[in-house]
Amino acid sequence: MRTSVKCRRTRPVGAFTATVTAAGLLLTSCGGDSSPPRPAKGSGKITLTEMDYYISEPGRSALTKQLTRCGKLAGVVIKRQIVPDLRTKVLQLANSRALPDLILLDNPDLQQLAATGALVDLGAAGVKTDGLYPNIVAAGKYRGKQYGVAPGVNQLALYYNTSMLAKAGVKPPATWDELRIAAKKLTQGDKVHGIGFAVPASEEGSFQFESFFFSAGASLKKLDSPEAVSALRLLKDLVSSGSAPKDVLSWNQMNVGEQFTNGSLAMMINGPWELPLLRKAGMKDFGIVPVPAPAGRTSSGALGGEVWAAGSSGDKSRKAVEVIKCMVSKGNSLEWAKLTNYVPSDPKVTAEFSAAVPTMKTFVETIGSAKSRTAEVGPDYPKYSQALWTAVQAALSGSKSPSAALADAQKQATQ
Amino acid sequence: MVPEVPKNSAAVVGGRRPPPDRSVAPAARNRRLGIGFIVPVVVFVAVFYLYPLARNVVLSFQDYDINSLYSGNAPFIGLGNYRRLLSTPAFATAVVNTVVFVAGSLFFQFTIGLGLAEFFHRSFPLSPLLRSLLLIPWLLPLVVSGTLFRWLLDTSNGVVNQILLTLHLVQDPVPWLNTPHTAMAAVLICNIWIGVPFNMVILHSGMQAIPAELYEAASLDGAGRWQQFRYVTLPQIGPVVGIVVTLGLIYTLKVFDVIWVMTKGGPANATHTITTYAYQLSFGGLSEFGLGAAAGDLLIVVAAVFALLYLRALRADPGARA
Repeated sequence: MRTSVKCRRTRPVGAFTATVTAAGLLLTSCGGDSSPPRPAKGSGKITLTEMDYYISEPGRSALTKQLTRCGKLAGVVIKRQIVPDLRTKVLQLANSRALPDLILLDNPDLQQLAATGALVDLGAAGVKTDGLYPNIVAAGKYRGKQYGVAPGVNQLALYYNTSMLAKAGVKPPATWDELRIAAKKLTQGDKVHGIGFAVPASEEGSFQFESFFFSAGASLKKLDSPEAVSALRLLKDLVSSGSAPKDVLSWNQMNVGEQFTNGSLAMMINGPWELPLLRKAGMKDFGIVPVPAPAGRTSSGALGGEVWAAGSSGDKSRKAVEVIKCMVSKGNSLEWAKLTNYVPSDPKVTAEFSAAVPTMKTFVETIGSAKSRTAEVGPDYPKYSQALWTAVQAALSGSKSPSAALADAQKQATQ
Repeated sequence: MVPEVPKNSAAVVGGRRPPPDRSVAPAARNRRLGIGFIVPVVVFVAVFYLYPLARNVVLSFQDYDINSLYSGNAPFIGLGNYRRLLSTPAFATAVVNTVVFVAGSLFFQFTIGLGLAEFFHRSFPLSPLLRSLLLIPWLLPLVVSGTLFRWLLDTSNGVVNQILLTLHLVQDPVPWLNTPHTAMAAVLICNIWIGVPFNMVILHSGMQAIPAELYEAASLDGAGRWQQFRYVTLPQIGPVVGIVVTLGLIYTLKVFDVIWVMTKGGPANATHTITTYAYQLSFGGLSEFGLGAAAGDLLIVVAAVFALLYLRALRADPGARA
C-alpha cells in the first residue's frame, strides 16, 4: 500500500496532466537499457516494456536495479516507464490492447484489470506460489486463476512515541479499551493529540479504516454488521472526545507521519513506508505494535503492496513471465524488502529479514493475519471501498450516526 | 463527383467577375488559398472538439464499464445512465453543492472584484503596483492555491485558526475542512480568492473606457460619488459585467483542482460538485464511464444554455458590442 503515500498524493496532478496533454508526456522513461530495440530475429534481443509508479526513492532506483538484473538473466532489454496514475493509464491501454509486458500495480486494482481479460494467467505459465503467505496469493487471484504475484507486502501498525508514553505512564495499547484510555491520557488540549490516522475521501481512507474493521471481525460483504458499526464507533469516539484531531478527515498518511514526527501526535496508524521518512527526520524515539483489536481478537488489517502482472502479447509474454519469476525469487524478494521496507511474500525468507531489519518485526509478525481487499468482493471492491470511506467521513464529521452511515454504505455498494 | 467541384466552383467564381484575361482567375487562386487556410482549423476543431464531444454524448447512452474497455462490449441503454444518475442521492447532493458553489463564488468574486475595480478607478500613488500584486492569486497554478489553503485551513495546525484563536474570535479551532458545512465554506473561500483578480481586471478595464466627460458632467449636475457610480459607471460597464459573469459562470462550473486538492469531495460528499463527481465516477475507482459521461454532459448543457443566453443578449443589444 505504498501507493497511499506516494502515488495517491500525486493523483490529481497526474490525472489532470493526462487529460490536458497527450498522455505520453506524462511518462517518464527511466532506468533500464536505453539502446533501441533490434527487431532482427534470432540474434537480436527482445525488448519488454514495463510500467510502475515508484516515482520516489528508495523504490525508484531499487526497481531499476532489479529489473536490469532480471532482464539480463532472461536475455531481454526492459524499457521502464514510471506512471504516477498507473491505474487509469493501464485501463486506457487495455482499451487499445496495448498493455505493457510487465506491470507492477497496487493489489486491489489487479482484479479489475484481470476482469478485462488482458492479463496473462501466470499460474498456467509456470509461476509457482506454493509456500507464499496464502493471503498474498489470494490478492493476486481472479476467478481461481493467478494473475498477479507480489514480491513484498505490507500493512498498517500502531506507532507510538516512547517518551510521551513513558511520561504519561501509559503502555502501548493492545485492545480497543486500552486505546481509548491511552489516547485520552496522551492528549494535551489542542497541542498534542493522543492518536492520529488518515481517513480522507479516497482508497487511503478505506485502507486505514479497514484495520479496525477487519480486527473487529467485520466482512466487506456486509458493511453494516454490528462488528463494522463497533469499529466505526471507536474512531468516532476518538475524534469526538478530542483524542484524535478532526484533521484525520483531510490528512493523508504522509501528513499523519509528519504530525507524529513533529510531536503533535503521541501515536499514529501508519505503514512501514514511513520508516525511511522518520529516519530522515531524525526521529528514533518510537516503537511499533499491532493495530489494537477488540479484547480477545487478533489484529487484522488490509493487505497492502503491489503485484507483478503481465499484459498478454504472444511471444513476449513468455519472457515477461521469466522476468516475473526472477523478480519474486527468494533473493530478489529479500533484497526488495530490505531496500523498500516491505515484508517478503515468502515466510521462509521473513525470518532472515526480521533479523536483519528489527524495526520491521511487528509488520512481519502481523502480515499473516492481514486480509486481501478483493478476496471477498472481487473486482467490485472499488464500489465497496467508496461506500466505506463515505460512511467513515459521514460518521466522523458528525453528519450521520455510525450505524446509519454504514447502513447507507451497504445500500450504496450493492445497488 | 469530387473532381467536378473545382471546375464548378471556378466557373461560378469566374462568372461573377469581368471576363478573365488569363487562364487561371486570381479569384479562384484566392479561393483555393482560402480553403487552405480554413482546412487546418476545421480539422483541428473536428478532431479535438467535435469528436470528443460527440463521443462523450454517445458514451452517456452506453453501459460502459471496466469490462467494456477491453471487450468493446458496451450496450446502448438509452436514458438509463441519466435515470440512474438522477436517482442517486450523491448526485443530488452534487447538484445542490454545484449551485451553492457557483452562486457563492460568482456573487463574492463579482462584488469584491467590482469594489476593488472602483477603488483602483481613482488613481493614487502606487495603485498600479498594488493592482499587479492583487493579480497574484490568478497567476498561481490552481493546485498550488488549493494546497496552500489546505494547510492554512488545517484544524490543528492552520494559520487561520491560530489567528482566530489568538484574537479570541473563536473558542475552539474551526474544523474548516472536516465538517460538511465548513468544508463548503472553505473551498468557496479559496475559489473566491482565486477569482477576484479576474473580475477586478476586466471590470477595471471596462471603467477605464468610460469617457471622463461623463463624470465631469455628472459632477456639474451635483452627482456625488455614489450617484456617479450608480448612474454613470454601472450603466457604462453593463456589457463588461455580462462578459465577466458569463465567463465566471462557465469557469466556476468546471472548477476541479481546488476541490480535489482540498477535500477530494469530502467529508462525506459535502464538497462534491458535478465536475468532481463525474471524475469520481469515471476515474475514481468505480470505472462507470457511461455514468460519468452523463454527468459531464449535463454540465455541458447547463454551461451551453448560459452561453447562448449571453450571446442572444449581445445580439439583442447591438450597442453592447462596443
